[in-house]
Amino acid sequence: MGDENATVTLMIDGHEVTVPEGTTILDAAKSIGIDIPVICYHEATTANGLCRVCVVDVDEGRLLQPACVATCQNGTQVSTRSARVERSRRTILEMLHSAVDLGQAPEIQSLLDEYQADRERFPGAERRTAPVRDDNPFYVRDYSQCVLCWRCVQVCAEDAQYTFALTFSERGFHTQISTAFDVPLPGSSCVFCGQCVGVCPTGALKPKIEWGLEQGWSWDQIREGTRRERKAPRRANGD
Amino acid sequence: MEKQIVSLDDVLRQYEGRRRDVLLPALWDVQTAFGHISPEAARQISTTLRVPVADIYGVIGFYSLFSEQPQGETVIHVCTSPSCGLAGADDLIRATCDELGIAPGQTTPDGRYTVRETTCLGLCDHAPAALVSQRGNGEHSVAPVHSPGELASHSHKPRTAAVDGVKEVFLQGTQPHRPQTLAEYGDYAALRHALEHMTPERVIETVEESGLVGRGGAAFPTGRKWRFTRGAPGQPRYVVCNADESEPGTFKDRVLMETRPHLLLEGMALSAYAIGAEQCYLFVRGEYPEATAILQRAIDDATAAGFLGERVMGHAFTCRIKIRRGAGAYICGEETALFEAIEGKRGFPRIKPPYPTTHGLFNKPTVVNNVETLCVVPGVIRHGADWFRQWGSQHSTGTKLVSVSGHVNRPGVYEIPFGMSLRALLDEQCKGVRGTLRAVLHGGAAGTFLTPNEIDVPITFEDLRSIGATLGSGAIMVFNDTVDMRDVLRRLGAFFEHESCGKCYPCQLGTQRQMEILNRADAPLPGDRLRLQDIGQTMTVASLCGLGQTAAMAVLSAMDKWPELFDSD
Repeated sequence: MGDENATVTLMIDGHEVTVPEGTTILDAAKSIGIDIPVICYHEATTANGLCRVCVVDVDEGRLLQPACVATCQNGTQVSTRSARVERSRRTILEMLHSAVDLGQAPEIQSLLDEYQADRERFPGAERRTAPVRDDNPFYVRDYSQCVLCWRCVQVCAEDAQYTFALTFSERGFHTQISTAFDVPLPGSSCVFCGQCVGVCPTGALKPKIEWGLEQGWSWDQIREGTRRERKAPRRANGD
Repeated sequence: MEKQIVSLDDVLRQYEGRRRDVLLPALWDVQTAFGHISPEAARQISTTLRVPVADIYGVIGFYSLFSEQPQGETVIHVCTSPSCGLAGADDLIRATCDELGIAPGQTTPDGRYTVRETTCLGLCDHAPAALVSQRGNGEHSVAPVHSPGELASHSHKPRTAAVDGVKEVFLQGTQPHRPQTLAEYGDYAALRHALEHMTPERVIETVEESGLVGRGGAAFPTGRKWRFTRGAPGQPRYVVCNADESEPGTFKDRVLMETRPHLLLEGMALSAYAIGAEQCYLFVRGEYPEATAILQRAIDDATAAGFLGERVMGHAFTCRIKIRRGAGAYICGEETALFEAIEGKRGFPRIKPPYPTTHGLFNKPTVVNNVETLCVVPGVIRHGADWFRQWGSQHSTGTKLVSVSGHVNRPGVYEIPFGMSLRALLDEQCKGVRGTLRAVLHGGAAGTFLTPNEIDVPITFEDLRSIGATLGSGAIMVFNDTVDMRDVLRRLGAFFEHESCGKCYPCQLGTQRQMEILNRADAPLPGDRLRLQDIGQTMTVASLCGLGQTAAMAVLSAMDKWPELFDSD
């Protein structure tokens, strides 16, 4: 194994930086005050490099590299704002906006502004929609606002809770987060720990109280909606 | 015929005590027995294999040939990829649905038939093609299909397309359309030679000297891959054969498996010997039921003869080969997605690095090679690297299998020496183009278009690269001037939209938007050309895996060669 104290030196946007071996480009850039945008990345979850908004140019290679998982290599030149990077980020943001309701995702909204994304770039585009799932007293799921960052699935599984209540249905553009066979959460293995709500970057997962307030519920309605008595015995679950 | 009653317990009994790596086989058994995988079945599999039921649901939804919903007793999957499109696939679907009184995707009210459209079945040389699933019996292919009536028949339709060429490395001794028996193939002489006279190191050196590079599309030097794997820390090591051939227009691996199963098995055994592995997996796409059965029979025969299994030919070398059946997902041809599938997961590609040579199947050092690549190895070990290098050029050594379909007089699989021109292939081997040539799609759906004045290009990696083209998987689809090229592009767009796994945003979103724009190509909106370029360039440079990185290749090359296709008429 390599020396624990080994370092690498590279250039990021013309600034020389020396970091411990194994440091991601994202962290190295942050250490010198360069913020690389992210959507799926979260410090508390395994980085999967899937939103690709954090891509950067390394030595003008054939492919851009996802800064959240790509590690710094000695002697390389990294550009976080090359023309290819900007075009890719802008196009990804435009496509995302054309598919998902980002109305309650202020961080992504500011990225749309920063990259001068055209919010009407894809007229007539199919949107990924789903009915609001209000099936338990604790939180509400609105997958029309889901950007498929995977964080909720990850914290429900090996990243935190080992509950395995959440997965994906279908694949490709039509992927959605789902319970097994799309059963309501109380019939799943969900333990209502709330970790998924905590890591959701948009309004897709929301505490019931917050959602009730948005709907204009009275306090009585909220109390009723969030403290509902169990109507049937909880179903035994197979897993 | 009396219906056999099987219970879930019957089907799952053999899986007791097993773990997640048999999830796909267990799901296949349930799917075949019951025609779908119910919540009850998923819960029972969950308990048996100790896999969360949510994960099982996620896996069912990922693979096209698994269904959580009940379907007809017979499910007819009709191919809609370009070569089948040219051969009348749309009419076939319409006629079949009309006869049954349903729309594509629906099931007849009596529950007997479901009709689905599907992406390339690897039978482009017998277009139009269909795959038929029968509850209780499983899958069989029917091609070519001339009428809906043929789809209901249980009988196997023999293959007829050409299997021809120089027949030196791959096709020697083949009888077209019939698997070589073990007796016809021989006694695994190359493996015997290696076990008796060569160290594993020497096997690797010989493969390196041959100049063999991967034939699945990425063209990575095979010997170097083996060397890296042999040198990687961690045990056990694995050999995986990628037989998930799903690139539209590609069927050479199917033909190899259906005609020369032992050549592949011997190649896998040699690879296992070279890298120090005992366990090999042969991952065959679910749409290849005939090849799968032939290979299983060949494994059984070779094991009984002592050429595979424990103490091969009396030497301290063990080689077990397990077949794993895919279930309808092009992405599983991506090597890390293939590992995920064998591990019983959704076929999401992994971030690379780390590479399979150090962190492959079950996170262990793994060699993963294409069928054609492994089929080169026995000849190279038996006759030497120079024998292989007598064909081809310095950088493209040996012979190559190509799959030719579309408007040629004799579609089929051809073994050609590297360096033969595309024109010679089409004129001499394929007996000419039907009609006036308009375009060749070279390298599969992830390839590039060539115009009639580019077909003198010699088929080598370097010559193709010099004109901005690619060899890819060796798929060559030929289109004459009656073809609506926008229709071809629509089919390619639909293919990538259907096959994107959805993991990374550029491909998940880009394949959908690309398809939408191609679908309106007859009446494009202002700005569509730039939209396609932005989407295409973004997918190409920013996608996570090779699928997304090549999902716009054909569209971008068409835009370059026929810009008028992207204007309104």
